[in-house]
Amino acid sequence: MKSENRMEKPSMTKVRELNEMKLRLPSLSVNESVARATVAAFCAQLDPGATELADIKCAVSEAVTNSIVHAYKDTVGMIYITVGLYEDRRVRIEIRDRGCGIEDVRMARQPLYTTDAEGERSGMGFTVMESFCDKVRVVSKWGKGTTVTLFKQLERRE
Amino acid sequence: MNNKKQCSFDVERRGGEVELILHGEIDHHCAVRVRTDMDRLLLEEHPRKAILDLSHIDFMDSSGLGLIMGRYALMQRLGGELTLRNPNPRIVKIFELAGLGRMVKIEESPKEEQA
Repeated sequence: MKSENRMEKPSMTKVRELNEMKLRLPSLSVNESVARATVAAFCAQLDPGATELADIKCAVSEAVTNSIVHAYKDTVGMIYITVGLYEDRRVRIEIRDRGCGIEDVRMARQPLYTTDAEGERSGMGFTVMESFCDKVRVVSKWGKGTTVTLFKQLERRE
Repeated sequence: MNNKKQCSFDVERRGGEVELILHGEIDHHCAVRVRTDMDRLLLEEHPRKAILDLSHIDFMDSSGLGLIMGRYALMQRLGGELTLRNPNPRIVKIFELAGLGRMVKIEESPKEEQA
């Protein structure tokens, strides 16, 4: 009983995972479209609506672009993407890098905040992810890397 | 690979107006190249009005927002104006998230009307 109460998300652990995909891509900007197209193709087996699929593509594009532009700024490193599809039509997409990390996650998530003043970054990446997903979790360690997890609950299909 | 999806643009001119008709997917990867090409054209021609036709854009993330706002700023510096044509609801939503929904002029007219 005690241990059950301590579990953070009991509902999440009970739902069966239907399928899982792992994808590893170097942080080349050409892989932004590869990542979003591959994740979308994998999610298609849950028969999402066109808007839901576009939401997922956009959020993945934002997270992967962050890894390329910020985490691995002047270097090339690996980006690890894991996609889980669950029985309750939930999609979980984890995008992990071993880049520079985010010094202040709360600040980074503010709309229009960017560290890249001259590069025409709009500072809207996290805001777009949050707006197009149900939940966005960001775990970052300065100098170690960042993991962004996107959660999207797809609507029921008749 | 994926060349059809790579963002590119065609140019049409009418009087002092320049229409930039975009195709494909706008992301960070293509934004750098498109930005350079657009700026070269705008700086050479100094159009009174630039229209970014987004009718054929299949995908855009926040990199597109940076691209559009950068060209908006450039057109202001050149004493001209920038209009967006037919942005889809997703593009408009990204603008609204940034609080820029009312900043850029939007027109919905189909291209054929002016031909």
